[in-house]
Amino acid sequence: MNIFIPTPLRPYAEGKDAVEVNALTIAEALELLTQAHSGLRKHLFTEEGKLRAFVNLYFNDEDVRYLPQKEQTAVSTGDTLSIIPSIAGGAAKLGIF
Amino acid sequence: MKSLWMTKAVYDAIRAHGEETYPHECCGVMLGESTPEGWRVKTAIRADNTRTDSAHNRYSIAPLELVQIEREARRQALNIAGFYHSHPDHPAQWSTTDFAEAHWLGCSYLITEVAEGKAAVTNSFLLTGRTEEEKQFAQELVRLED
Repeated sequence: MNIFIPTPLRPYAEGKDAVEVNALTIAEALELLTQAHSGLRKHLFTEEGKLRAFVNLYFNDEDVRYLPQKEQTAVSTGDTLSIIPSIAGGAAKLGIF
Repeated sequence: MKSLWMTKAVYDAIRAHGEETYPHECCGVMLGESTPEGWRVKTAIRADNTRTDSAHNRYSIAPLELVQIEREARRQALNIAGFYHSHPDHPAQWSTTDFAEAHWLGCSYLITEVAEGKAAVTNSFLLTGRTEEEKQFAQELVRLED
């Protein structure tokens, strides 16, 4: 499957915007990705090995968190996995600038 | 200091979006190319603000919409250069909320103050640092080109 790498993480994937891996599940795909590009690991996972709260994973058009088998979902060659950090904010509290 | 480059047409379109959604915050994604001087924005894509509960001072873009915008960026051989949003009746400075929820290191966050419905000051902040724990906002120049 193809894993799409967002702009901020490309420096840790040799500048690539996508990485192809041969995996059976989403979990294995992420493991292979971070084995090949170890610098990505700390950006994706906490020290406890959990996916960082602001990192969204989309399997094709589906949020992995809401898939029945989550990261254990089977994948095949034509599937894509998008890594998408969240985007939010607002004027609610102004910072000191 | 880095700069964020864009055409006046893109700049005006972003500011007009903030006027259209006033008194709510607008938001969108800037697509462009990376240069040593900073991002060169080629186009801006409007996004829906999903924070309908507090749209006057919060914004959020649905991840699936981002996935689709990133696909469009790939189709155009562009990158996600950053994001824009408006601050209705608030200064064009980043807020603690903006900082806490900014995670795209190396990308630009453009903020437009919309005062009583009219676009006023527009500022851009580059999210610098190598990790989430080290991140900082650094103001950058917004430079218009033909």
